[in-house]
Amino acid sequence: MSNETAVLPPVAEKKKYTGFLRKNIREYAMFLSLIVIMVFFQIKTDGTLMMPLNLTNLILQNSYIVIMALAMLLVIVAGHIDLSVGSVAGFIGALAAVLMVQHNVPVVVATVICLVAGAIIGAAQGYFVAYTKIPSFIVTLAGMLVFKGLTLALLDGQSIGPFPEIFQKLSSGFIPDVFNHETLRLTSLLIGFIVALVLFSMSVRQRLAHTRQEMEEEPAAFFWLKNVLFAGIMVYFSFKLSEYKGLPNVLIIMSLLIVLYNFVTNRTTVGRRIYALGGNEKATRLSGINTSRLTFYTFINMGVLAALAGLVFAARLNTATPKAGLGFELDVIAACFIGGASASGGVGKVMGAVIGAFIMGVMNNGMSILGIGIDYQQVIKGLVLLAAVWVDVYYKNK
Amino acid sequence: MVETILEMRDITKTFPGVVALNHVNLSVKAGEIHAIVGENGAGKSTLMKVLSGVYPHDSYTGEIVFNGQVQAFGDIADSEHLGIIIIHQELALVPQLSIAENIFLGNEQSNNGVIDWAATHAKTKQLLKKVGLKESPSTLITDIGVGKQQLVEIAKALSKEVKLLILDEPTASLNETDSDALLELLLELQREGITSILISHKLNEISKVADSITVIRDGAAIETMDCSDGPIPEDRVIQRMVGREMSDRYPRRTPNIGETVFEVKNWQVYHPVHPDRLLIKGIDLNVRKGEIVGIAGLMGAGRTELAMSVFGKAYGKHISGEVRLHGEAVDVGTVRKAIRHGIAYVTEDRKALGLILHDDIKRNISLPNLGRVSKSSVIDEGQEFSVAKDFREKLKIRCSSVRQQVMNLSGGNQQKVVLSKWLFSQPEVLILDEPTRGVDVGAKYEIYTIISQLASEGKCVLMISSEMPELLGMCDRIYVMNEGSMVGEFSAAEASQENIMGAIVRAGSH
Repeated sequence: MSNETAVLPPVAEKKKYTGFLRKNIREYAMFLSLIVIMVFFQIKTDGTLMMPLNLTNLILQNSYIVIMALAMLLVIVAGHIDLSVGSVAGFIGALAAVLMVQHNVPVVVATVICLVAGAIIGAAQGYFVAYTKIPSFIVTLAGMLVFKGLTLALLDGQSIGPFPEIFQKLSSGFIPDVFNHETLRLTSLLIGFIVALVLFSMSVRQRLAHTRQEMEEEPAAFFWLKNVLFAGIMVYFSFKLSEYKGLPNVLIIMSLLIVLYNFVTNRTTVGRRIYALGGNEKATRLSGINTSRLTFYTFINMGVLAALAGLVFAARLNTATPKAGLGFELDVIAACFIGGASASGGVGKVMGAVIGAFIMGVMNNGMSILGIGIDYQQVIKGLVLLAAVWVDVYYKNK
Repeated sequence: MVETILEMRDITKTFPGVVALNHVNLSVKAGEIHAIVGENGAGKSTLMKVLSGVYPHDSYTGEIVFNGQVQAFGDIADSEHLGIIIIHQELALVPQLSIAENIFLGNEQSNNGVIDWAATHAKTKQLLKKVGLKESPSTLITDIGVGKQQLVEIAKALSKEVKLLILDEPTASLNETDSDALLELLLELQREGITSILISHKLNEISKVADSITVIRDGAAIETMDCSDGPIPEDRVIQRMVGREMSDRYPRRTPNIGETVFEVKNWQVYHPVHPDRLLIKGIDLNVRKGEIVGIAGLMGAGRTELAMSVFGKAYGKHISGEVRLHGEAVDVGTVRKAIRHGIAYVTEDRKALGLILHDDIKRNISLPNLGRVSKSSVIDEGQEFSVAKDFREKLKIRCSSVRQQVMNLSGGNQQKVVLSKWLFSQPEVLILDEPTRGVDVGAKYEIYTIISQLASEGKCVLMISSEMPELLGMCDRIYVMNEGSMVGEFSAAEASQENIMGAIVRAGSH
């Protein structure tokens, strides 16, 4: 029994800071390493990294990884893995091409069909994982082979394109500018500014509510520093993007999804139950929660977002190729683990996975600008993944 | 003059907060079968783990003298080297390997690392003949029954030139024929000069084979009885096993018992993996409003299986029977339904089945009832927090904050978190499975107080416990369960440790 921990002596203000920092070091460290990596490449590439054009590309290149990482995080938190997402994304891209290009199905209808197909694929794999208890590693390994093969079959080994113009807008379109300013897309800048302001005031409101209920733990200095920095970065990025073509459409989709998934994991009963399921399945089942059904749902969700990512990728390339989606699953899974998810389930955050995806993305982009070959890029990425998880394990054992 | 093969002198072993063995002396004569008896948790297994080196020699005080020499075992290999071999209750065989491979695991018959299969099989055949097992050496362990697996364990021990064989409840999961065969084998080995220590609950078996009996209670060796002058009366052994005074360790309570609320009728449960094994053999029980009812029994009596199968069929297969609340049959087909009908089950294994260890206190408490702290599926964190704070105060959970991870709490405080979790679901019937296991004495009293309060609030409490004093101190009525059946029912006035133990032992004897 530890009576001494029951009351926190007031003199221990400093101890409170370090204690909080130790408990939450992972989240701050993630955020800081992303900034450090960006600054590093910004200097190394003589400012190319943050050029409006490059920044836009960076977002477009990573959007589909981020989208899949959101659902993958839930799968990993639930204690599973999905190796098939790259193949599924490729397959859905091919399906979209066949429908839109070869059969002239209207874009909206085809998009809906593709998303539903993703859900069905997720449900099929989820069924085997949740109800027949075959390990997800095996089910989705099989799925990976199946959908890689089906992509080839569907496309007959050929590339199909181009897509209708409206579909291309999904990835290559930007928020229209109503002000018609010559060098700056004011609408985009304004949207960025407003969103930053809204998020900032929401955090402040939540903090006030928590403080009222005496459940706030984060020291004020950390809170303000984090939120001001975050809002500042958002405004800065919107400004940079506005100097080029404005906010890409896909950034809007991605941001909405990030906000949604962040909310679902942090605030809803479903999110909470997925964490519990991954943390201790038996205890969760004995708490009256239908763990099989929950697992099933996480895989359906994964299927839908893999389909969306497949559409985004196809729209970006403006063609469906048999090689689309190849190896995406590795980037997606790596993003989650770099972002602090635990391979044994129950632990992981949406923002962590997003930051993890961007750490990978910035490194890809920065190293390419520097002219580092694809060979050593892979080596470095692999080592970064190992290092991130090693830091995790190190702090856990300490 | 018979020489003494083993002497354990003044052995004391402590775990944080608990004295498991308190100055125990044990002396075993060469060539005898020495039985050790005692209640669950009396310290029998701990003593054997000390002897076999599972607990290394610097983790306890006292000395072990084997073959006239003081020994200091650093691990199991050291004791095995001298011929002390322990066969645990949970068999340590690899199911997917053959009998021969298991017998020589770690001791392979090989030339320069290449296994000599001919020698392995020949030696295995010899050993199997010795233990009377008619199986091919290449049969997989998974394909033979538990009784035969026991024999393989003994054959494995013989392959290591055993001098002192320790068997921890070897017949617990065997049927009568297999048990008899095993006891016969022990006598056979005795004739060949092998000394055995037999830990068992079954006094009838002990009286068949034992030369002396040592009773262990509360971590102390109470008495060693010599059986050479004729059998020891069972009553005397039972009395020594349980005889201890009852002090004021339980809160006073005036029971206020109402009508029957909770009934289980003709409940039958089959084993989840071996669907032909009937585990719960048609049980009836009832609990009245405001009553604390105990279920006594030995480990493996089927009490947890009964409780978990009633709680949303969370255990077992082909479950049949009826659960009634206020006289009406209710559907408890899933955990969710059981909770909705007001049944809660506090598990005996809080770490594996009760808690999400890396989550904090508040998240653990709200888990089964997220609906009560959320609006249209969105969790109200403020409400969740204040609910947790209320329970922290009410149940005196000692923690720095309700945001503390439960893995960093002591056993007693973890148990209070599990209790909070289920009290938050406002149950009418509370099934408590070993509610004070792994809980220190101070916290025990607090948990007893909580249980008493619940009963006086009119809840039905069904309490499973292996600690008889706890049942006697807390319960208004006690059922006795053995091997899947109810073998006795005593009111608080009638119940005593002797007649509960007597009911168990007599049930096991026929």
